[in-house]
Amino acid sequence: MPTIIEKIFQQHSKDDVKPGNTIWLDVDLRTARDFAGAQVVKNLLENYDGNYIDDASKTFFTFDCNAPANTIGYANNQQICRKFARENGIKVFDVNRGIGSHVVMEEGLAYPGVTAVGTDSHFNILGAIGAFGQGMGDVDIAFVFKTGRTWFEVPPTVKVNFLGMPDARWSAKDLALLCVKELKGKVLGKAIEFYGEIVDKLSLAGRITLASMVTEMGCIIGFIPPNKEVIKFCRERSGKEIEAIAADKDAYYEAEIDIDVSNLQPLIALPGSPANVKRVADLPSIEVNSVFIGSCTNGREEDMEAAYNVVKGRKIAENVMAKVVPATREVWNYMLEEGIIKAMFDAGMIISHAACGGCASGQLGMTGKGEVQVSTSNRNFRGKQGDGDTYLASPETAAASAVAGYITEVDDL
Amino acid sequence: MIIEGRVWVIEKDGKLIDDIDTDMIYHNKYLHITDKKEMAKYAFSNLPGWQDFPQKARKGDIIIAGDNFGCGSSRQHAVDCFISLGIKAIIAKSFGAIYKRNAINSGLAVLECKDIDKARLKNGDIIEVDLENGEIKKDGKIVAKAKPMNPVQAAIYRAGNLFAYAKSFR
Ligand code: SF4
Repeated sequence: MPTIIEKIFQQHSKDDVKPGNTIWLDVDLRTARDFAGAQVVKNLLENYDGNYIDDASKTFFTFDCNAPANTIGYANNQQICRKFARENGIKVFDVNRGIGSHVVMEEGLAYPGVTAVGTDSHFNILGAIGAFGQGMGDVDIAFVFKTGRTWFEVPPTVKVNFLGMPDARWSAKDLALLCVKELKGKVLGKAIEFYGEIVDKLSLAGRITLASMVTEMGCIIGFIPPNKEVIKFCRERSGKEIEAIAADKDAYYEAEIDIDVSNLQPLIALPGSPANVKRVADLPSIEVNSVFIGSCTNGREEDMEAAYNVVKGRKIAENVMAKVVPATREVWNYMLEEGIIKAMFDAGMIISHAACGGCASGQLGMTGKGEVQVSTSNRNFRGKQGDGDTYLASPETAAASAVAGYITEVDDL
Repeated sequence: MIIEGRVWVIEKDGKLIDDIDTDMIYHNKYLHITDKKEMAKYAFSNLPGWQDFPQKARKGDIIIAGDNFGCGSSRQHAVDCFISLGIKAIIAKSFGAIYKRNAINSGLAVLECKDIDKARLKNGDIIEVDLENGEIKKDGKIVAKAKPMNPVQAAIYRAGNLFAYAKSFR
């Protein structure tokens, strides 16, 4: 009996949806962001004569990676997309709007049961609201723009059960890091469904954090069955009567993995691999030069508030550069209205406009050789955020480390 | 569909490197480049020990890699740089899912072979790969067996790329 992904796929395909089968899938929402967007346009122009877009009302550009462009190359690529968009009646969420995968949720374009693709490897973040999202390369996306569909190998589903509830301080990021550590290598190419008291309690922001890091686990997507808050949000945003898609009671899972979370506490991934996860408390004293709070993983209102609660009334350490980047314009507005920006400014932080910011190389600073950065993003591969060493942690831990000047958790501040 | 070529075994200290991500294959600082020919010179330009790969590789070569090859971002550049270098196939223990699609769509043969390290291939060995049944041969002898291409994958490969395939398909 079908799992969540199999149900969504069956609603979007005439083919036999079974793990291992390659099916043709109808795609509801088709997007491209700035860097690969120009390649998508180029593919379309080179391979087809006019008639490039199957349905312009379902097709969008979202600029977030390098927004506003700070290299001529990016600026040119964005212009290529804008021109193509104008000529083909496609809406552009431009450099002032925020991270595309978040924008499509805020705009009500993605909601439970929808199929969506984008040129962003974290587009599977939509599993946070029970939608199927998938990052793809520019060839795939161009093909979807043109035809409205894509081929897809139906992945088997693995059920992850979280057992217990933590007593100590924890955040969704700590849960996500624990999952990367526990699941990496076990779920390559699979879909996941997350269950347990801890996920039922996760807010939308927390769900986004967890869902955003399944890419680092190597899996296709991680679904968190929507709760009332999520359904309410999606109904309001889309103006549609939405039902959550749930797996059948007797759904077939390829494997079930239990993860005990009762001892969950602040965690941190050491430079080089998101899976090299340790307890913050177990680290020796490590001096911090740079802190980045933001990204599609931790760029929501709640994340900003968590950092704010740590830094308000305090000053960050003198030798630390602390960069804050809200995921979207809505988050920015929230920070403005709640006084978060003022408090962070007073603490000595740099606050940038909504985008990917310091996550991919490009915006708001890179790290130099020998520099130590604590980042709330999802990847710490060599070179992704500069030549320095990047640790991954929650907004609380990142903010506490900024204040202390060395890596620390909030409770030890 | 049988291909033949000289191999590059992407290893360190005698062991295939796992988790080679898209930034190691094609660093994000070159992402603004849209001309595929220009991408060749950056292949593996951020993979320690392999930065000179573009100078060493020849047209028709085959790459042998470890687990989770191409994990990371969805950038097509990480596939295109190899195509423009003339790399004919990549055989890895496993691939990042997005990378695998990108390669298939662009007509670069990618084969998963869990036991490829047991074949004890060395740089410069010439191998023969049957894409449809997955057999990998050296000196006429089968040295490993990869997962055969699935029918959609084989059809796209035969057509040349996804766009060409779509024309015949629709
Ligand atoms: S914040 Fe980082 S990981 Fe997320 S979409 Fe932007 S560049 Fe990608």
